[in-house]
Amino acid sequence: MQKEEPLFRIARLAPFMVILLLTVPVLAGLAGTILPAFSYLPALGGKAPSPQAFRAVFAEPNIARSMALSLWTGLASTLLSVLIAAGVLASGFGTAGWTRMVHLLSPILSVPHAAAAYGLMVLIMPSGFLARLISPEITGWQNPPDILIPGDPWGLTLIAGLVAKEVPFLLLLLIAAMGQIDAARSLQMTSALGYGRLAGFFHVLWPQLYRQVRFAVFAVLAFSATAVDVAVILGPNAPSTLSVQLVHWMNDPDLAMRFTASAGAMVQLGLVLLLFAFWLALEKSVTMVRRHFAKGGLRFLSDRIATGTFRFAGWLLALATLGGLALLAVWSVSGLWPFPDAMPASYTFKAWMRALPAISGPMATTFEIGFLSAAIATLLCVLCLASPLSGKAANRFVDASLALPLLVPQTAFLFGLQIAAIKTGLGYGLTALVLVHLVFVMPYVFLSLRPAWKSLDPRFALVAGALGKSRTQTLLRIELPMLIRPVLTAFAVGFAVSAGLYLPTLLIGAGRMPTITTEAVALAAGANRRTIGVYAFLQAAIPFAGFVLAFAVPAWLFRNRAGMRAA
Amino acid sequence: MAEADNHDSGLALQSVSIRLGERLLLSVDTHVAPGSVLTVMGPSASGKSTLLAFIGGFLDKAFSASGTVLIDGEDMTGKSPQERHAGILFQDPLLFPHMSVGGNLLFAIPSAVRTPSERNSIARNMLAGMELEGCFDHDPARLSGGQKARVALARTLVSEPRALLLDEPFSKLDSALRQQMRELVFSLARERGLPVVLVTHDPADADAAGGQLVTIG
Repeated sequence: MQKEEPLFRIARLAPFMVILLLTVPVLAGLAGTILPAFSYLPALGGKAPSPQAFRAVFAEPNIARSMALSLWTGLASTLLSVLIAAGVLASGFGTAGWTRMVHLLSPILSVPHAAAAYGLMVLIMPSGFLARLISPEITGWQNPPDILIPGDPWGLTLIAGLVAKEVPFLLLLLIAAMGQIDAARSLQMTSALGYGRLAGFFHVLWPQLYRQVRFAVFAVLAFSATAVDVAVILGPNAPSTLSVQLVHWMNDPDLAMRFTASAGAMVQLGLVLLLFAFWLALEKSVTMVRRHFAKGGLRFLSDRIATGTFRFAGWLLALATLGGLALLAVWSVSGLWPFPDAMPASYTFKAWMRALPAISGPMATTFEIGFLSAAIATLLCVLCLASPLSGKAANRFVDASLALPLLVPQTAFLFGLQIAAIKTGLGYGLTALVLVHLVFVMPYVFLSLRPAWKSLDPRFALVAGALGKSRTQTLLRIELPMLIRPVLTAFAVGFAVSAGLYLPTLLIGAGRMPTITTEAVALAAGANRRTIGVYAFLQAAIPFAGFVLAFAVPAWLFRNRAGMRAA
Repeated sequence: MAEADNHDSGLALQSVSIRLGERLLLSVDTHVAPGSVLTVMGPSASGKSTLLAFIGGFLDKAFSASGTVLIDGEDMTGKSPQERHAGILFQDPLLFPHMSVGGNLLFAIPSAVRTPSERNSIARNMLAGMELEGCFDHDPARLSGGQKARVALARTLVSEPRALLLDEPFSKLDSALRQQMRELVFSLARERGLPVVLVTHDPADADAAGGQLVTIG
């Protein structure tokens, strides 16, 4: 038999490491939340299981409205995001300006949710840039109007904030999926049959595309219904969404509130399952509607208005999000800025001078955790891809573990995990934070690297083997250098995910390991806008720097190699 | 060819058969003398390339194969691809895009050749022999189709292969170039005494090769 090379003997273990690192925290955390939810937590005096904690949850004033808000904002933002992403793709694909719009939307992917939410806030709040732009000339406002934004009771601002982040995510996944199917020719075929652009897309491309992004849509649904950071910044108060309420209970100095928080997390898990069931039903009815129309042969030929609206929506989203970030930078250096003036009257670096000493520690922590978790995740991913498991069952197990943290609501396992982290003594330390970040970083690193790795022509490795090179030499000298761009991009994705993580950092760090993200979100409770500008701008800049490096390093290394240009 | 004359040199395929599930794709029992060509003809998707994969040691696990591969009398069955030294050429040149032309050749030269100056001169001589002198530092992506094909051949030859496996290597070249490449490959194989297995669906390839012919599918 052939002797296995040492590196590949290690690589064979990688899939099992991935499965362990994902399933143990999630499942143990889930168990650690379920037990106290039923009032069983001996350490806190809960010795006999009882539904007491659930009764406490439902006895909370406004709990029904909190639950309804979570369902509504989660569902509405997911529906809108899917609709806009699909519509923008259907209307824009292959048209003039399409590449430019995609280039504008791509960097938004690296922007942490909190920074994007703050950007939106300074754009649309009553004293925000848009109001200033049209005041007093059009509105007659000499003072900011008394409108509750952010924090409107219907959660519309929160929905807008979620949509702004999820549309680029879904759109880029859809574009990647377009490459797998013969999209351009299918569209030519449907238009030759006399179908309008949108109808042709909906009938022929969408069913194939949706199958490939379906998992991501469910992840968006679970995330949107349970997000904490965006809801803290943009969501309604008194009552807030269930997710925000849960974190309040969890951070309550009265430890008995942990029982209520755990029961609440189970309620939230139930809500997410309800949303999943609703979405499955929705999928069925959309398919039925499509089949019905396909039989009727309605061509929906004059869709100019609809395609125009979608294209406009795409540009609006990109410009609003990036414009919001630019505004944060302006706020961070603004001096006097009286209301109807569109731009500040004076500029100063005072906010930066004040913030920098306080923020250097959290920045260092952000880099440490981000670098370690992204590096470990990328390494494990490369090892998994270099030494694929034989056997479908094993591969499906890896995939299922990667899906787990994206589908199970964070609160449902982080609450239990926090208790476990404290009890094992791992809590509050760098190791615990890196381990918990890995749970969220790994799925995105795999999602990013796997398609690129699989698209490398396998014959390059065969050629290297035939030239007498070992598998290790082939991996290190052929595969990795050829894939340096996607590998570094996957690392940057992992780093960005880690840098933007709020709830895991907050709960497992227990406030003792603040990062730029936990500090930035903490400012939502009424800090001044200049400070918010500094924090949110830095929060967005850190992950973006990772992507710039992932682009620049291979571009420089292989500046004389035309075959190594980005596709 | 005389049976008794030495099966110790060249490539021997002893009762080789390859199956996909129950279906027998091909079965071969023959000997390819040094410098001669065995041509395997068959339509696309007939599984003819699996023979090259079996000889080279990278047959997909979906297939099951039996039989023995000997190169110069040494049993290769069960050895890893890198121990077999069976140089392979595909229809695409598959030059490593991150290396220069010279880098591609240097990568292929066996590590037993230690001194950098020796490695360099092997690479440069090989390039010169293929009318590629001056291309050492070039970017492979910037070469013409014919130049790329010659670099791929040069890269395979400097790795000191003991046999040559050709997987439709001429099919993507235009007809004038195709004729040139055929002559170049077969004459170099003869010169170096390399047994060649050629898989193709083009009868002209088989004519040019002029050796044994196996038709499958």
